[in-house]
Amino acid sequence: MIPALRRYARALARDADIADDLVQDTLVRALRSERLFLGGDVRSWLYTILTNLNKNRRRSLARRPQFMPLLENNPDASGTEAEGRDIARALSTLVEEQRAVLLLVMLEGLSYREVADIQGVPIGTVMSRLARARAHVKASLEGERPALRRVK
Amino acid sequence: MTDPKIPVTEDELHAYVDNELPPERRGDVEAWLASHPDDAERVHSWRAMAEALHARYDSVANEPVPKRLELDRLMRPPRKWVYGAIAASLLAFIAGGGTGWLVHGAAATPSTFQAFTADALDAHRLYVVEVRHPVEVPGSERTHLQQWLTKRCGWDVFAPELGSTGLKLVGGRLLPGPTGPASFLMYESASGERFTVYTAKASTETTQMRYTAQDRNGAKDGALFWADRGVGYVVSGTSDRERLAQVARLVYDQTEKKGG
Repeated sequence: MIPALRRYARALARDADIADDLVQDTLVRALRSERLFLGGDVRSWLYTILTNLNKNRRRSLARRPQFMPLLENNPDASGTEAEGRDIARALSTLVEEQRAVLLLVMLEGLSYREVADIQGVPIGTVMSRLARARAHVKASLEGERPALRRVK
Repeated sequence: MTDPKIPVTEDELHAYVDNELPPERRGDVEAWLASHPDDAERVHSWRAMAEALHARYDSVANEPVPKRLELDRLMRPPRKWVYGAIAASLLAFIAGGGTGWLVHGAAATPSTFQAFTADALDAHRLYVVEVRHPVEVPGSERTHLQQWLTKRCGWDVFAPELGSTGLKLVGGRLLPGPTGPASFLMYESASGERFTVYTAKASTETTQMRYTAQDRNGAKDGALFWADRGVGYVVSGTSDRERLAQVARLVYDQTEKKGG
């Protein structure tokens, strides 16, 4: 379970240290809580804690101005490495809820029902987030840049 | 049974790829895809996307799990392992001429942490040069200072005793932090060397200790920062690692005892 949590955290937070901090916090919270010993779906529950912790982390970040690069600067990317970087970059352009849905379904293999419970939304919302996330990532991988990028 | 003539919806295409489609509808969707190349292309691209995600991130799941995430370590009495994790990173900092975690923490994408570490270093820089009004409440009113800051910040603000490293409490002030109030304490040695201890609410419960340094106008300030029980600590001062670690260690030991 911990390897899968780390995978999800890494893709969600896109920084190895922050990702492992999130996993550590998740595990500490889980171990402290009695719910763990009452049974239930531990896997979903751990994903829920981690998703919420990351949301809180991002919320506090959002209050500060962010610096975005105006120019892309890896012209010579090639091969699998580049593919990995592209998918990571495409992920980074998604809004938080959509990124979480995409990763929980496509990377972690959770059901729509489980993701709906994790995010506390109806299944229909999960499906529309997933559809939008897939369309956005597809466009991003195919090189369509949002209009904003043309500004130099 | 479903009617194969009912057009396949976008939702059904997603459900098909994610194995969420009722089995009796799968055949209809497959037939639909055979005659709708645009939809078939989309389905194909989603599968390729899943493969790309696994290619990029599965290696993380195959990495050995770092020691700090081992369950038996986490299940020890809480204070002990927290102490272990933070103190161990401090030891690594003191011992290693190491790059590793130390450089990484400063260079990676901005975390909440780096945000308030930057605030702390800015405050440090702003006030350490102040001769007449470095603080709002002088160190001679230590008890009042602690009570006031604790009340305003909402966590236990405690001014550690740093006499054994030659530092005396100058005093403290209240500052705006990234998500609310922050406490700021200043210490000074007989030779005028100044250190500051900044606390603010952290979004993470506990982290390892990390190091960051900032250059400005040739002067280099270093800071060690960590989170413990939801409070973030930043000890700023010299970029001399050993000296900084010595001070941070004392601050950590005393706040640790205080709360644990």
